[in-house]
Amino acid sequence: MKSEIILLGHGSGGKLSHELLDDLIVPILSGTEPRDQNDAAILARQQGRLAFTTDSYVVDPIFFPDGSIGSLAIYGTINDLAMTGAMPIAISVGLILEEGLAVNTLRTILEDMSAAAQKVGVRIMTGDTKVVPRNKADRIFVNTSGIGILLHDLEISGSNAQIGDKVLINGTIGDHGMAVMAHREGLALTSDITSDCAPLNSLVEELISGVGCRLHALRDPTRGGIATTLKEIAMQSEVEITLQENSLPVNPAVAGACAILGLDPLFVANEGKLLAFVAPDAAEQALAIMRKHEFGKASAVIGEVTSPNKGKVRLQTAIGGLRAIEMLAGEQLPRIC
Amino acid sequence: MCLGVPMQVKTIENDMAICEIDGVQREASLMMIDDVAIGDFVLIHAGFAIERIDEEEARLTLRALREALDQGLVPE
Amino acid sequence: MRHQNEYRDPELACAQLQAIREAGKGLDRAVTLMEVCGTHTMSVYQHGIRSLLPEQVRLVSGPGCPVCVTPVDYVDHAVALARREATIIATFGDMVRVPGSSSSLLHEQARGATIKIVYSALDAVTLAEDNPASTVVFLGVGFETTAPTIAGAILTAANKNLHNFFVLCAHKTMPAPMAALAGDPDLQVDGYLCPAHVSAIIGAKAYQPLVDRFRVPCVITGFEPLDILQGVLMLVKQVVAGEARVENQYRRVVKAEGNQKARAILCRVFESCDARWRGIGNIPGSGLRLRDTYTRFDAARALPVEIEPVVEHPGCLCGEILKGKLRPADCPLFRTTCTPEEPVGACMVSSEGACAAEYKYGGQGLGAGC
Repeated sequence: MKSEIILLGHGSGGKLSHELLDDLIVPILSGTEPRDQNDAAILARQQGRLAFTTDSYVVDPIFFPDGSIGSLAIYGTINDLAMTGAMPIAISVGLILEEGLAVNTLRTILEDMSAAAQKVGVRIMTGDTKVVPRNKADRIFVNTSGIGILLHDLEISGSNAQIGDKVLINGTIGDHGMAVMAHREGLALTSDITSDCAPLNSLVEELISGVGCRLHALRDPTRGGIATTLKEIAMQSEVEITLQENSLPVNPAVAGACAILGLDPLFVANEGKLLAFVAPDAAEQALAIMRKHEFGKASAVIGEVTSPNKGKVRLQTAIGGLRAIEMLAGEQLPRIC
Repeated sequence: MCLGVPMQVKTIENDMAICEIDGVQREASLMMIDDVAIGDFVLIHAGFAIERIDEEEARLTLRALREALDQGLVPE
Repeated sequence: MRHQNEYRDPELACAQLQAIREAGKGLDRAVTLMEVCGTHTMSVYQHGIRSLLPEQVRLVSGPGCPVCVTPVDYVDHAVALARREATIIATFGDMVRVPGSSSSLLHEQARGATIKIVYSALDAVTLAEDNPASTVVFLGVGFETTAPTIAGAILTAANKNLHNFFVLCAHKTMPAPMAALAGDPDLQVDGYLCPAHVSAIIGAKAYQPLVDRFRVPCVITGFEPLDILQGVLMLVKQVVAGEARVENQYRRVVKAEGNQKARAILCRVFESCDARWRGIGNIPGSGLRLRDTYTRFDAARALPVEIEPVVEHPGCLCGEILKGKLRPADCPLFRTTCTPEEPVGACMVSSEGACAAEYKYGGQGLGAGC
């Protein structure tokens, strides 16, 4: 790559585009596998149902403690597949680059993506790159789509939570959102909070092998935090969920940062967490499986499905009171009141 | 408009301090309080320390709360 | 978390609640206790305190949300300033979604205005320093806890000789509205939970005139759930005994004489004036304006803009809610026309407004035991 920055020509399909692909993107993303220079990637025939998901990533800042838009873009899509119990087999990467983006920045992001894909064991099979003029995009936007294969016949779905189910989470809440927010200009917080960005496919695989049809629902609580995701499931499954505030695993630094900014960790984003709804007789076993896993050491039972009161989520507070949990109108904003 | 967080003073330079709560640090102005020492707990509101937390009074408040419990006033 | 977690202990909470029930046996009727601080409103809801109190102890929210009591024309003024060329509006997050007559700061941001959420007024001063070609306007909203910090920011801006830093002031003071409410014959307030951090600045003694004039119990109370329960207990005991005194539950932070240094900074920059409280009207001496020495920082004087005529929704009952005369559920617009997504009045949009809190945390028929 001759240029130190991305130019409009790098997205126009000509020589510069090929240079970008051949010198940078393809070697980093496809590892040692030779790349077919065709319009579409061909997958081998598959056994089992397929799952398909897509997500776009616009996170700001693009680098944050323990992650970047690159790793996030891979793990986020892997996790969406994992929430249906699907094991990932192929990923696509679409890049929209702002004219003027430093090539070294792009290189680091691509390396993060490649490392993430290798950690998961999924191939980045196809992709696309466009460049837009300065100020028309915030440095880099990424879209990833993923195809996964369901090796089971279970119906793991947000509409399948049942009365009596225990709600489990694989670790602390609010880490990603606070890691990103603490890094944003204007709030000037220093901390060692790191994003929890992680791939959950192998954890899900172990859960399915261990408890099978006793696993009723899975969802990853990203934007809006666990509160929003639980509310979604409560509405989809037409049940009431009761959470125990004293059981929620929260990293003290995350609690501290939230206290300073007036934010509620229940509504803060996560990127390496899943909420599992498990039949009560399998809950202990599920918890044990999760706690043994690399990404589940701090797993806990945080609540249960308590009644057919459709679409309601309640929290039993630390002092024993009860309060309702509703969806927020928009993003949580720092407050001083 | 009163959200205040108890934080511990870690460093002081002129009128500014670095304060900490559970590993999270932020700068705060000390212009509203006198005689602050490193290690003191202060109440931080909107980037300013608005008062020092009196450890002795805190102890007394907690003691009164615990006495209510010890007097066996917890229901069966 | 030191000085926080200890005040969330469930066993200690249970004991306080039992003590409140015991004390409450001496009541011959239900009592109405009012808190006048948005942070108390939030804390009561977040910890589910109403679900734990006995029925005869009724907790009501008063005009303690500075965003809620700010008249609509202030937001319209902020919107007009946001539309100015090369202008950055710096504000606490609390103000960003408040609806004005036709727009809000969030809407203006979507239309191209530069709105920066800051955690401290000092950050706004830094913005002005770092952007000499821009005009920075800080939205000065808040009571006596916050006003000294804005005074501090103005002094800092003055020291740095900044000419592009301005404040649009709408600061208000307690306990003037408490007196206005205590004197209202329609309102039966049996006791006040006085605001924790405002009291840290103005001092516990500041409530003595209120007690002398209206014979209403006042207990300065912290924001942690155990603080609130202890404060409620102290009020109930006073009511049962027929007393009316100022008591301080939050002694670890609030002193009788308050923070004199903070008040000195406040008085150096601001002076008292009349102020309009949304829903209540004009309360003499309840506002703060910049002294002559500092009027060069006054956005209202230095930056003339055209402000649209005020349009208030005819059915909006924020005023009655702020006075504690109605509860959110009593307002016909609540949850129907007026929701957090489409708020009609400030009580719904401000994160600690009574209606927003009721909507988010109140729920229907939440009962709990201890």
